[in-house]
Amino acid sequence: MAILVTPETRVLVQGITGSFGARHTQLSLDYGTQIVAGVTPGKGGQVFEGGVPIFDTVEQAARETGATASAIFVPPPFAADAILEGIDAGLELVVCITEGIPVNDMVKVKAAMQGCKTRLIGPNCPGLVTPGTGKDSYGGCRIGIAPGYIHRKGNVGVVSRSGTLTYEAVWQLTTRGYGQSTCVGIGGDPVNGTSHLDVIKMFNDDPETEAIIMIGEIGGTAEEEAAAWIKANCKKPVAGFIAGATAPPGRRMGHAGAIVSGGKGTAAAKIAAFQEAGIAVASTPSVMADTLIAHIKALKG
Amino acid sequence: MNIHEYQARELFEKFGVAAPRGKVARTPDEAEAIARELGTDKIVIKAQIHAGGRGKGSFTNGFKGGVHLCATPAGIREIAGKMLGQTLVTHQTGPAGRVVNQVFVAEAKGIKKELYVAILLDRATSRPVVIASTEGGMDIEAVAEHTPEKIFRESVNPLLGLQAYQTRKLAAALGLTGKQAAAGAKLIGSLYKLFMASDCSLVEVNPLVVTPEGDVMALDAKFNFDDNALYRQPEVVAMRDTAEEDPREVEASKFGLNYIGLDGNIACLVNGAGLAMATMDIIQFYGGMPANFLDVGGGATKEQVAAAFKIILADPKVEGILVNIFGGIMRCDIIAEGILAAVKETHLQIPLVVRLEGSNVEIGKQIIRDSGLAVISADSLAEGAEKVVAATKSKAA
Repeated sequence: MAILVTPETRVLVQGITGSFGARHTQLSLDYGTQIVAGVTPGKGGQVFEGGVPIFDTVEQAARETGATASAIFVPPPFAADAILEGIDAGLELVVCITEGIPVNDMVKVKAAMQGCKTRLIGPNCPGLVTPGTGKDSYGGCRIGIAPGYIHRKGNVGVVSRSGTLTYEAVWQLTTRGYGQSTCVGIGGDPVNGTSHLDVIKMFNDDPETEAIIMIGEIGGTAEEEAAAWIKANCKKPVAGFIAGATAPPGRRMGHAGAIVSGGKGTAAAKIAAFQEAGIAVASTPSVMADTLIAHIKALKG
Repeated sequence: MNIHEYQARELFEKFGVAAPRGKVARTPDEAEAIARELGTDKIVIKAQIHAGGRGKGSFTNGFKGGVHLCATPAGIREIAGKMLGQTLVTHQTGPAGRVVNQVFVAEAKGIKKELYVAILLDRATSRPVVIASTEGGMDIEAVAEHTPEKIFRESVNPLLGLQAYQTRKLAAALGLTGKQAAAGAKLIGSLYKLFMASDCSLVEVNPLVVTPEGDVMALDAKFNFDDNALYRQPEVVAMRDTAEEDPREVEASKFGLNYIGLDGNIACLVNGAGLAMATMDIIQFYGGMPANFLDVGGGATKEQVAAAFKIILADPKVEGILVNIFGGIMRCDIIAEGILAAVKETHLQIPLVVRLEGSNVEIGKQIIRDSGLAVISADSLAEGAEKVVAATKSKAA
């Protein structure tokens, strides 16, 4: 089952001919993802290696190929426009990888999206993966930039603001024999399309997901919001990790959203919220999977 | 990105936000000329640094106070002479203080009422919010904690902008009436235009004052700009004062690296901000003290990696280094080549622990093995952190 994407999801790539987009389109194709179209204005009619047709607009691409999801690899000055184009074309899912989009652009995109059926993930995110059943999880759906081989098909849902920290958690799970239903990177920006809570609700409803790992970081209150809902509504075991306990206040730690402002958004507050909600908290990033596994066993026993 | 008070005043002037008249001076002569131009015996001179607490601060030459009132141009000249080129230490600068290269000379306005207004992004709603309070001249977080009913908020629809009626509501909440209400509403409206046009992440006016003459003005301002938008804000970028920034961070930004200097002795070089924060956290968990945050990002070149290495090694407190790379976009072979280049160029003497995982990991590990360099290898993040803490302790011992 998984959430958001399955191995059958038909994906188009906005920015397919840029070096970043091209590289990751190829890696997704190598993973077995159904990349059925690319969009680069002005290059409509060309073909991407392996026979992926390129179009000038998302609307044309979706209409001709039946793509329902998009991966956006478009530079920051043009990325908000690319997101809006995906929404306008009526896609079900738009995943924006781009880091560096001005906050005001995303504020406007989010306001404009209200009431639309499209789900936006990101921006500034690694994307999402629903692992396949082949070797090194080949045959799944990989939208974004995560290394495919670290995944394994299974029953743990992973949701995170980070990229590489997520890969740590996923690899820990895989090497311990715990596969993943879907791994979702929601991104490090302060204004994004999908929150931890949005994904956790989906995991809660997904029959294939039996346990959840939630990775957060300093800044904002998304983790606290999710924890409160989990306490009231989630019956599946949840483990979490919060990055940034050692971050100095008032500094933006790489991610635009990772900042403790006016005393708010601290790691300590998020960890406290997790504990209050019965979420098992990993003391270090090295024990994220072990923490979940112990928690699952404790709840069963 | 931060700016000086005098630059904030220039933005206010550009956008029609009422503030006392004043100009920046870089020499005592200039300061005196401005004071004369102002034509008043109520003048204030303020040292320009990117930190608060100036009024109560002290200069290392013995002169006390970074903010002074004065009645004459000659007096202003004398004070400017004691401030310019000197180091001001405040409770926000740290003991090293900051060198004062500019002073702001302005008319000193009397204060009848002190109010507060700020504009920032409300993360909970993903909308800009205008926050106003009758309790100006104070720490707003304390107000929020003790008397939250004195804080008023107007959420802005980003597709419509701040509406005139909203500025009138805020003026009324601030207790302004008659002409002052109109002036206050206009000021707030202009402040919002500035916030949007300059891609600010924060504009804070504290205090917003009503003077004895009945004028409504911004007496002080704090700005922060969205770093993501600087590419389209050349005038804002032109206001950057790199002398106010950590020189390592300035150097790092030249190479497109994300670096923040901390106080510890174990440096780290990591790909990905979340993993970089987590690496700092785990170093501390195992008893070490992180010396920095450093995210080399996803597409770092061999040159950027070598530059990153040199920047961390320029910190004399660093006694050990942990490289932690999980390759997604970042390829382990590129990292390995960058590490070798940097180790050779810097003649590295301190312990180096390298933990690689992800894209091209076996090639990366092989490159390091083949180099014959004294690099300690780790397979997991915990192993990497434990090894670097142990190696740093034993080397320092």
